Amino acid sequence: MSHAATHDEHHDHGPEAGIMRWIKTTNHKDLGTLYLWFSMIMFFIGGLMSLVIRAELFEPGLQFVQPEFFNQMTTMHALVMIFGGVMPAFVGLANWMIPMMVGCSDLALPRVNNWGFWILPFAFGLLLSTLFMDGGAPAAGWTMYPPLVLQTGDAFPFLIFAIHLMGISSITGAINVIVTILNMRAPQMTLLKMPLFVWSWLITAYLLLAVMPVLAGAVTMLLTDKYFGTSFFTAAGGGDPVMFQHIFWFFGHPEVYILILPAFGIVSTIIPTFARKRLFGYDSMVYAMASIAFLSFIVWAHHMFTVGMPLAAELFFMFATMLIAVPTGVKVFNWIATMWRGSMTFETPMLFALGFVFLFTIGGFSGLMLAIAPVDFQYHDSYFVVAHFHYVLVPGAVFSIIAAIYYWIPKWTGHMYNERLGQIHFWLSAIFINVTFFPQHFAGLAGMPRRIPDYATQFTDWNVISSVGAFVYFVVQFVWAYNMIVNCIMKKGEPATSRVWEGAHGLEWTVPSPAPYHTFEEPPVLDESEVQGAHADEHQHEVQGKPA
Amino acid sequence: MEKAKFQAAAAALLAAMAGVAQASPYNLPKGVTELTQEVYGLHMLIFWIVCGIGVVVFGAMIYSIFAHRKSRHPKPADFHESIPVEIAWTVIPFIILIGMAIPAAGTLIKMEDTENSEFTIKVTGYQWKWQYEYIDQDIDFFSTLSTDSNEARQLGSGVDVYKVDNYLLDVDKPLVLPVGAKVRLLLTSNDVIHAWWVPEVTGKKDAIPGYINKMWIQIEEPGVYRGQCAELCGRDHGFMPIVVEALPREEFEAWVAEQGGRMPGEDAGPPQMASAARVAAADIGVASEAGMSDAGAGASEPVGDAPAADQASLMEQGETVYGNYCSACHQANGQGMAAANFPALVDSPIVTGPADAQIQQILQGKGAMPAFGYLSDMDIASVITYTRNSWGNDAGVVTPADVAAQR
Repeated sequence: MSHAATHDEHHDHGPEAGIMRWIKTTNHKDLGTLYLWFSMIMFFIGGLMSLVIRAELFEPGLQFVQPEFFNQMTTMHALVMIFGGVMPAFVGLANWMIPMMVGCSDLALPRVNNWGFWILPFAFGLLLSTLFMDGGAPAAGWTMYPPLVLQTGDAFPFLIFAIHLMGISSITGAINVIVTILNMRAPQMTLLKMPLFVWSWLITAYLLLAVMPVLAGAVTMLLTDKYFGTSFFTAAGGGDPVMFQHIFWFFGHPEVYILILPAFGIVSTIIPTFARKRLFGYDSMVYAMASIAFLSFIVWAHHMFTVGMPLAAELFFMFATMLIAVPTGVKVFNWIATMWRGSMTFETPMLFALGFVFLFTIGGFSGLMLAIAPVDFQYHDSYFVVAHFHYVLVPGAVFSIIAAIYYWIPKWTGHMYNERLGQIHFWLSAIFINVTFFPQHFAGLAGMPRRIPDYATQFTDWNVISSVGAFVYFVVQFVWAYNMIVNCIMKKGEPATSRVWEGAHGLEWTVPSPAPYHTFEEPPVLDESEVQGAHADEHQHEVQGKPA
Repeated sequence: MEKAKFQAAAAALLAAMAGVAQASPYNLPKGVTELTQEVYGLHMLIFWIVCGIGVVVFGAMIYSIFAHRKSRHPKPADFHESIPVEIAWTVIPFIILIGMAIPAAGTLIKMEDTENSEFTIKVTGYQWKWQYEYIDQDIDFFSTLSTDSNEARQLGSGVDVYKVDNYLLDVDKPLVLPVGAKVRLLLTSNDVIHAWWVPEVTGKKDAIPGYINKMWIQIEEPGVYRGQCAELCGRDHGFMPIVVEALPREEFEAWVAEQGGRMPGEDAGPPQMASAARVAAADIGVASEAGMSDAGAGASEPVGDAPAADQASLMEQGETVYGNYCSACHQANGQGMAAANFPALVDSPIVTGPADAQIQQILQGKGAMPAFGYLSDMDIASVITYTRNSWGNDAGVVTPADVAAQR
């Protein structure tokens, strides 16, 4: 079956030995691994910051940290998780999977790929170094609203340049993904035969290209306002602090979808595999993602309903925002229709994917509530918002990343994880993520503002529950780390077959496990049975087997 | 009808869940104004709609997980698309959304209508306190976190915060309002962005330097209502609460008298003019008090007398306003920037011609020039007077009343 495998046996293109392999590598699999390790380290650091926040909020009164350090933690937690955790994890998955899914040997621009990754440690080195500076790390929130952010001390230029570097890294990754997908697909793979994960990344990459330069422009204007006497955002000099918010959220809302579209792609890959049934409505899934991407450019001001926009603007942004519910609903309905009358088993990747659909939908519901501008005046900047975006980001984006790693790591390392530990990891994660974030809905509705280090006593109960949930959730992730490292990476687990999952389709499953260092150096012949969009009636799977 | 039913069901369920009617610890308060109650109704309406959708979606999912597992349903079906079904689940949500959007738009339109307010209070955010200026009553004071909360909230204070009254939600001097009056709030800031939020009285609105945002409130029940700054504003963002005390009208009038203020209409001057001048006075007051470290209760004296609208004071204030709003384009010397198409004001036909045209252009904007209608009559009058009498121009004085007449 596998052309790549036989091909590989004739040549010795193995990796260089030692540390230089990782520094010099241009191999998409190596870089995918680096991105994922980097992301895991950042998740750990960002997670520790969230524990500082939750410890301080465990009870009213200040017990552990000063308010300014608390603000540094909320700011850094967000920056580290968004730009260091979720985005590099998705880029890592793209690196590993896109060439193997479209049937090409590597990304189109391998040296750019290497550069894109190695920018990141320097970017986060700059950013994290500010924790040790006089005046501390940035504390004005990850949204960096002026005039407050202009009060940042020595950390300010480090923040700006770190963001510039992260933006450059993202743009190189996006260019690579676009060029690879558009030029290097296997001969028979038309655009509408691509796996949905590839589609989701193609759309995401265009969003990245469109908005990362906007963020770079916004933070550059902050830099010149602070050091070069300009007044882009300073009212006293004729500037406009609200203009920053418009520019920032013109970046920021597409950014939200950059953080979730690849998750849609992952879930659309995993559910059909374990339902043993083709994805329902492949075409409408693609159109739904494209619609969401388009709408993401015209809804930004719903993040700033309270700045005092004209009535007409508030109405426009409210209606446009509500519209997003339509394509998002289509996706959820399609996932359920895929499950419907399938033949499901519930291995760990499927559990996380189903957890995603449940909990992301809850985040979608609170998102719809937030879209209603007159009610948003109550929800805005309260813990209701904190609950909302954590629901779409943690059991949303992060669960999809975890699901993807469980799903593909046997292919990467050639060894299975321990299923029992995986199930334990899922159930504890799913329970405690809700213990952490569900009570925050109530705290917010009852009137607790976000980004405060201390609170009035009536909010205590919700915060106690939330803090307990956060600590347990954090600890539970070590079960996962153990399972991945010992069973897959250190190869203690069962050897994986090349297909790995009974219901899996796609070119990546036609190469051996572990995937050879080089795959698809010659374009593969695409068998219709591997096509997510259109594998018709062929390929009936064996139907005997034990219950999950 | 539907809405009322939803609300009734919601209220019954929530009351049953905890046996608490007011100041729910887990839901939005109904509040004590028409708007907050309408918002509460909208909130519950949308909440029950999404709950309904949730029951259908999660119900289908859970049923499928149960019935279509491999052990019960070993042979997967083979369908993978259905145009009618896909059209249905695109169109039906769209219709539900329209059902939500209509009442939401109605409430929003009502909220933005600050017409016919009885009087105006200017609210200024500071790091980290609030200033309240009763423009029409000549009362002005700062409102800061109460002393006992402030002591208790220090790191390692050793104070049991449960024993502090209204911990973090108490101030030295609350905003006092009369029950039943439509009051317009003008929100601005002296430093960074803040947001004014008292859940039982109103949703939040940002207080932004260089901007004046407005909203209105009309409290229907006497009482004390508490809220907080809602926009991250630095170190002590969590420690600048808002307390509103709503008094029956007679008690409010007594309070005004006690503060040394007077009710609108008690003085003889034309109200529009007097009001405009006092807004200006308040602006100047803010500027001169900006350096104060702790105004506290001591700042309750009225800020200056209304300055006479004479040419000297107009010129002086106009120069400041010009520097803030105009000179970036028209330049400090009034020569503009020909290359960037910013016209010179020296010998400009607008600036040296009829004053009304210039007032209109400043209020409405023109081309690249933004509208400055948010500036006070006094600011606009002063900056026009300044441009008409500088750099060799000599075109007379414009008074705040002239500006007011053009609005």
